[in-house]
Amino acid sequence: MSRPREFEILFDGTPLSCRDGWTIGAALTAAGVRSWRTTRHGQRPRGLFCGIGICFDCLVTVNGQPSLRACLVPANPGDDVRTQKGPGR
Amino acid sequence: MTEHLVDLAVIGAGPAGLAAALAAAEAGVRVAVVDAGVRPGGQFWRSPAPGAGPFRPATLHHGWHWFTSTDDRLTELAGTGRVLRLAGHHVWSVQAAGDQWAVHCVLGAEPRQHGTSAPVTVHARRLVLATGAYDRQLPFPGWDLPGVITAGGAQALLKGNLVVAGQRVIVAGTGPFLLPVADGLARHGARVAAVIEANSPLGFARFPGAVLGATGKLGEATGYAGRLLRHRVAVHHRHVVLGALGTDRLTGVLVGRLDRNGRVRAGTERQIDCDVLAVGWGFTPQLELPLQLGCATHLDVDKSLVVTVDDDQATSVAGVWAAGEATGVGGADLATVEGRIAGLAAAASLGADAVADGRPLRRRRSSLRGFASAMHQVYPIPDIVLERCSDETLVCRCEEVDAGSIRRAVVDLGATEARTVKLLARPGMGWCQGRVCGFATACLTARHTGRAVAEPDLRAFADRSIATPVPLGRLAAPLADEQPDGDGG
Repeated sequence: MSRPREFEILFDGTPLSCRDGWTIGAALTAAGVRSWRTTRHGQRPRGLFCGIGICFDCLVTVNGQPSLRACLVPANPGDDVRTQKGPGR
Repeated sequence: MTEHLVDLAVIGAGPAGLAAALAAAEAGVRVAVVDAGVRPGGQFWRSPAPGAGPFRPATLHHGWHWFTSTDDRLTELAGTGRVLRLAGHHVWSVQAAGDQWAVHCVLGAEPRQHGTSAPVTVHARRLVLATGAYDRQLPFPGWDLPGVITAGGAQALLKGNLVVAGQRVIVAGTGPFLLPVADGLARHGARVAAVIEANSPLGFARFPGAVLGATGKLGEATGYAGRLLRHRVAVHHRHVVLGALGTDRLTGVLVGRLDRNGRVRAGTERQIDCDVLAVGWGFTPQLELPLQLGCATHLDVDKSLVVTVDDDQATSVAGVWAAGEATGVGGADLATVEGRIAGLAAAASLGADAVADGRPLRRRRSSLRGFASAMHQVYPIPDIVLERCSDETLVCRCEEVDAGSIRRAVVDLGATEARTVKLLARPGMGWCQGRVCGFATACLTARHTGRAVAEPDLRAFADRSIATPVPLGRLAAPLADEQPDGDGG
């Protein structure tokens, strides 16, 4: 069975539409979401910065696994993406 | 653990790596192309997955034909077993193992996601390092606000996903790279509110020889300028972003015009609304692997730490060549020429007959390097950005270290170089290991000690014994120290 060209992922429980081949970071950006993590010390919001796996600012929790780089992780139908707080544990 | 044995491992499948791999493979050498990307092309020829949307390469890419024909030829050679293509392979360590090199990789688009998948080691008699570069960043007030991204990040979103980073975007920093970023965004539906360029291309008038040696570059720049005009994108030269505005996300930027002394001219500060700021100040070569191997480095014209190479692109370590941005930031054309020279030299060292077109290649490299050197002098980092860093300006985004902590490490605690500043104040000690703040911390340290930034300052943030995050279990597992007798893949 071939994958659908468009599907939904969940961001903090809200469905977002996503194209096949997008990263999680691309799907969030396309939906207008700018931040999905808060920092350990200042609890400041962070999202995409370098976009190529260098800076680790875009860390996110996907399907229960924390600290993944949203700019690298390919989105899959039904992915449960959650804002990551502090160290993500 | 999967193991491969080849004559030559090329690390990186961007312009330099692809050119090196093809040159060596066509000379008869068995080559592995090891690359972190899921698809070949590196950052420059990053491409979307088939489902991402309608992809029109001409709207995003230069030299696409060279890329696809090179890539096709490598795929053909992979069919004959001459070339081994290892995509999604993140190299975390390179070590000498007897008379070979052992290239240790973890796998996947994001290897941390599949921490348990079997690692791969490539054993090779020779290495070509074509590890590329990433955007160089400078701290300024508000640069950690969501919505502030790197110019290369905006480009990667577009090239890799066909997604525009925002609706109303400002592209800022310095260097010719800002133009294709703005052009790509405008052509794909973003409103580019302005390009804020700290320098001016009029500076090229001081380097007529360098420009004549690379006239193609001039045509490229003219093409971007024309299209930006048609999209009504204003390019403001000698302007800088003074701050990013907003509380929890970017709502605008404060910009100012520079006078001839590089100071912000009084009364020129103004606010421009935007939801995304894409910013970059040139590039930082990615040197973890060459430094792991002990390759000699030096400071380039643009103050980047780069690998020192000879006329054959050989590094100071026997059996290791380097090409592309790792040996000096100069763009894709230069990278492909250097890659070809490196690939041919590595092949020749393995006994292949591979020196056919050496002299024209070297002449072309010389012209392109001349142009790159002029470019670095025309687009220097303006002192004003770091001068304006107040104590409260965040420098290290990971460990949340501000400029005041760096200043105090030097002024109060007596640090004289960046390595000590790092130990005292912790900039560069977090997730990214100083990839983002290393250059700025090195420059701030030098500024507070009253001297120019030096090689050891930059090395303090480039030396990493592990090049990419690796699950702890992988580090604990013994590395294969036996030589495989063939391709175990």
